[in-house]
Amino acid sequence: MEPAKIIEHAGGVIGVSWLLIALPLLGAAVLLLGGRRTDRFGHLLGVATAVASFVVGVLVFLQLLGFDPAERRRVVPLYDFIPGLVDPMGLLIDPLSISFVLLITGVGSLIHIYSIGYMAHDPNRRRFFAYLNLFVAAMLLLVLADNYIGLYVGWEGVGLASYLLIGFWQHKPSAATAAKKAFIVNRVGDFGLAIAIFIIFTTFNTVSFAGVMTSGADASQGSLTAIGLLLLLGACGKSAQLPLQSWLLDAMEGPTPVSALIHAATMVTAGVYLVTRSGAMFFPEGSTAAIAVTIVGVATLLAGAIIGTAKDDIKKALAGSTMSQIGYMMLAAGIGPAGYAFAIAHLITHGFFKADMFLGAGSVMHAMNDEVDMRKYGGLRKVMPITFATFMIGYLAIIGFPLLSGYFTKDGIIESAMEHNATLGWLAVLGAGITGFYMSRLVFMTFFGKKRWEADAHPHESPAVMTWPLIILSAGSIVLGGYLILGNRFMTFLAPAVGLPEHLPSFHPFSVAGLVTLALVAAGAALAWFKYGAGEVPVTAPRGSFLTTFARRDLYGDAINEALFMRPGQWLTRLAVFFDNRGIDGLVNGLAAGIGGTSGRLRRVQTGFVRSYALSIFVGAAILVGAWFVVGNL
Amino acid sequence: MTTHYLVLSALLFVIGGVGVLVRRNAIVVFMCVELMLNACNLAFVTFARQNGNLDGQIIAFFVMIVAAAEVVIGLAIIVTIFRTRRSASVDDVNLLKY
Repeated sequence: MEPAKIIEHAGGVIGVSWLLIALPLLGAAVLLLGGRRTDRFGHLLGVATAVASFVVGVLVFLQLLGFDPAERRRVVPLYDFIPGLVDPMGLLIDPLSISFVLLITGVGSLIHIYSIGYMAHDPNRRRFFAYLNLFVAAMLLLVLADNYIGLYVGWEGVGLASYLLIGFWQHKPSAATAAKKAFIVNRVGDFGLAIAIFIIFTTFNTVSFAGVMTSGADASQGSLTAIGLLLLLGACGKSAQLPLQSWLLDAMEGPTPVSALIHAATMVTAGVYLVTRSGAMFFPEGSTAAIAVTIVGVATLLAGAIIGTAKDDIKKALAGSTMSQIGYMMLAAGIGPAGYAFAIAHLITHGFFKADMFLGAGSVMHAMNDEVDMRKYGGLRKVMPITFATFMIGYLAIIGFPLLSGYFTKDGIIESAMEHNATLGWLAVLGAGITGFYMSRLVFMTFFGKKRWEADAHPHESPAVMTWPLIILSAGSIVLGGYLILGNRFMTFLAPAVGLPEHLPSFHPFSVAGLVTLALVAAGAALAWFKYGAGEVPVTAPRGSFLTTFARRDLYGDAINEALFMRPGQWLTRLAVFFDNRGIDGLVNGLAAGIGGTSGRLRRVQTGFVRSYALSIFVGAAILVGAWFVVGNL
Repeated sequence: MTTHYLVLSALLFVIGGVGVLVRRNAIVVFMCVELMLNACNLAFVTFARQNGNLDGQIIAFFVMIVAAAEVVIGLAIIVTIFRTRRSASVDDVNLLKY
């Protein structure tokens, strides 16, 4: 089934859906412009706008459900910037965008609430909430815009918010560097997206999703592929996919709620949104661009998982896992209509269980004096029972423990990948096995085993304002997957936005791939138990084999970037500086020095002796008269 | 006849010019300038007489007026310089230079 037509809408809650973006934007504006005067209530205002936006989102969702499925793609016109040249700006309310809206505002609100407790002792808490609100507004604009330019504005907005929040503790040089790195790597991807939008405009003479959908038939295959690959480059940057993955691990320098909201649940999934949104036109099944998406997805899901196995920093291990899970989503999004629903369903459940685990990690760090090294944790399950229980639910959900969220959504991706291409499917199964290992390692090192705490650590359970979001997120991690996947409920819901595959998949609890996945995950978990649960964990990391070093160094991603781009870039800069100093400056300075030197000699003529002036006047007059005679006699 | 007057005029002009170039005393230089001016006047008057019109004589009058005005200002400057520097040598007045 093809996606439904986009129709114009007015009235009702959908008519004022701009409130979704305006509310958090207003919050950010008040908190940033109000300055220190808003310090006292800043965090409450930040939470209020996020929650209000969530309420509007729910109302919009309910009104959308009231329509016939074929009429569930509504565009709300907002403003016509340059009539006749650029498409008017509008908001696209359809099942895909509303799914994102609910995830962003729902999980976003919980993380806002959690941050009240987590940032309680930070003098800049108000600024933190301002940036969080800014992020929510930009992210909502990204998913709600009905054209590529609006999407691009939101895309840059979340990039800015991400930069500001990674570098929130900018007094730490590592945080400032990580923020710059994230910004620069994202710039590469954004460059691709910008060029893609330029080509879309020249090819279709429109940038709106509706316009591209209706006028797509007469575009050449070459430009479609070019647009697809450039959009993929943009998606790789924002979603930390190979080869632009290097920024995500460093981005963990930001406060943990930021890692949960931006670098796990929402912003990094923008690439998946972009591919899904543009899927029908630029990533049709079997096209070069779609194949590239699946390859990027599989490569990243393996790379992220391998990185996750060796990290001792709890947040970096989770970041590797995020990369890997987004790789799964990319893989599914590249498959086509059979995969879109699984990609978005996994994105939503991942948003819940990964945010749950990041916030859990934040709770642990909060208790352990901001220690992030898992080798200095151990045995925390007794002192932090709620954090432990919610983390365990997130953990079981991500490794695909039967009947929890991740089980259904990841299995859906693996099954549809199997059907699409067996090699990709088996690689995804392998990735799931590695997931079982590294997540178990993380849990065993943190919550089980002997205490390896620093002497001054006195862990305690976090306050209720931090544990309640954990409980709600873990509840979502339990039930959401089954609810969305069973009976193809989510697939039929999304169908008006992304279309349906020719034959609907059905869920088999005992398929071959599913059983092999479970066996591999169990094997990975068992291996982790013997190595890290039952055995001793040394407090200082052992040197390990070259494979361990390979994973610890992020598969030498930074080294490759350095050798391929940074060093040649520096040479180029030095060359340019040399040319500028010696070539351009030499020419200009030489000319100036020449004129100066000549003048210095010439001014010696001004001796101050009147008689010599008189002589020169006399000689000059004689020459003039002589010349006059000569010319007169010719 | 005209030739004699013109030769005299040229001689006077050359004497004046050489005086301006070689003498150091400002008063003498000044007098040499006057000599050159009057050599010119002589030439003008000679041509006026030869051509039978008054143009040259009128110009000679203008030159005299200008010379008179110049003498007033020039002598004042020379006197002032002499008062401050105790010297009327044109070579001593050489502050305005490179």
